Amino acid sequence: MPLAWSADTIVVVGESGWLHQPPTPVSISGFSGEADEVIRFDLTVQGFTNVPPDVAQYLLSGSNNGNLTGHATDKNNKSSLVNKSYTGATLRRQAHAFVDDFLTAIGRKGIGGTKIAFKADKGSSGEIYISDFDGGGAQAITSDGVIVAAPEWVTGRMALYYTSYKFGNADIFRHDLGTGKRTGVARHPGSNISPAPSSDGSKVAMILSKDGAVDLYVADADGSNVKRLTKTREDDSSPCWSPNGEWICFATKINERRSLCKVAASGGEVQRIPTSGISNPSEPDWSPDGKWIVFTSQMGGFDICVVPASGGTATVLVSGEDPSWGPNSRTVVYARRQGGRRVLSLLDVPTKQTKDVSRISGSNSQPSWAK
Amino acid sequence: MKASKLTYLMVLTLALSFVATGCRKKPTPLTDLPARTGERIPDPNIDVGRVKPEGDPSVGQPIPDIGDINNFKHDRAALAAHAVHFDYDSVAIRSGERANVQAVADFMKSAAANVALLVEGHCDERGTEEYNRALGERRALSLREALISAGADGQRIVTRTFGKDKKIDLGPSEASHAKNRRGEFVVLTPK
Repeated sequence: MPLAWSADTIVVVGESGWLHQPPTPVSISGFSGEADEVIRFDLTVQGFTNVPPDVAQYLLSGSNNGNLTGHATDKNNKSSLVNKSYTGATLRRQAHAFVDDFLTAIGRKGIGGTKIAFKADKGSSGEIYISDFDGGGAQAITSDGVIVAAPEWVTGRMALYYTSYKFGNADIFRHDLGTGKRTGVARHPGSNISPAPSSDGSKVAMILSKDGAVDLYVADADGSNVKRLTKTREDDSSPCWSPNGEWICFATKINERRSLCKVAASGGEVQRIPTSGISNPSEPDWSPDGKWIVFTSQMGGFDICVVPASGGTATVLVSGEDPSWGPNSRTVVYARRQGGRRVLSLLDVPTKQTKDVSRISGSNSQPSWAK
Repeated sequence: MKASKLTYLMVLTLALSFVATGCRKKPTPLTDLPARTGERIPDPNIDVGRVKPEGDPSVGQPIPDIGDINNFKHDRAALAAHAVHFDYDSVAIRSGERANVQAVADFMKSAAANVALLVEGHCDERGTEEYNRALGERRALSLREALISAGADGQRIVTRTFGKDKKIDLGPSEASHAKNRRGEFVVLTPK
């Protein structure tokens, strides 16, 4: 009897437990308008839910007449976590900063000041945009009027890689957002697609067809010293890096089955990453803490799934495609279908809470979260 | 290390947001994409000292460098009747499509020496974007190999993929999907 009792009350803290967490109850009061919306939004996509004060674990209160003042307390031990008045920038940014301060106080890493990049298609062409992680302040960073694809941030830099069809073929460029300077990285014959910079920014993985196959290559950040990592007749796609720069994960076909694989960035044997329970995986993204790979599976529709980085049983999270981890290794930005177009959404992986990112006109897809 | 990178990004982020809100009229700096000097269609009889690509016939045949394909005139009509269609998630050329491949190969064999061929691979709506971009290129390469086998000169055949960017039928049915899973042939002549 005692054994049965203890089994029922064991709290699962292993990896699979992390994927099934209830939201943390908070009570939000005193804010209004845009500040209130931003605070609720930021908390929802980082695993909190707004409840009455008597059942909340944390109390967040304050005001935003002009500037924002915010207080956060832990209701259980009555300790004050944040007690601060914010000045400068915009009210929006002050609200993001307050939530970030609250998260820092409880030992977490906020995402309020982070950016995403994505592409917005209008008719037969598209442009690359950047915005706050919630879609605020979106601005086009290209104006070429051609097909573009697959923007990817360079970690810790205001720089992106992306594909552009400006000169006819799919070519890869690097774009420094500070200066606007763009340089060609891969302009080889055939298609140059799916660029992925390593987390230290020194290398770029990409899919090239110059040698007559659709294979994975790695090069220095400027595209020089190209090295071929795979040599198969299958179509490899969507490389991403392990945060330590050791591995490149990508999607391919092995023995007629679509699979996720990894190969050492320095070259070597291609290893399958098992994703039990799902089929047709593609678009992997490795979490910044190294623990997880989020990806898209296609089983009828498209689903966002997650699997331990070493492989194992995959968990289906929500309908959508092309996920990209946030720097908190917890929230994911992805694209989902809405009518004939796509919109970007944020997903808090442990609680599966979602919120749509504010949209710009056209179809928004292929988000990349700056880390 | 990670924290300092994030701080750096956030500082830049704040600076950028002031630009965005403070002086909204100021455009984001942007330079033209760097163009590349176009090369001529390689003449297999002249060794131009180009670095040999690492070909592996069992895996694929290297694509020649003819420079930017936008430097050519594109004739999409000439071989439109010979578009080749594929099965779902497949790059195999169906036996019923062999006549189209042979017709395109014959066209290239009788074309002037400065004419090149662009093979385009396209996909249906199913499959994610970059996966389809890779699959479309694989289809184009599959057709290029078939054209070479049918006697066309591979040094005048280049490829590109559009993934699912250029569907010709937006319907949800298998009949629509089947029309979109295709290879198209574009005749390139010097401008």
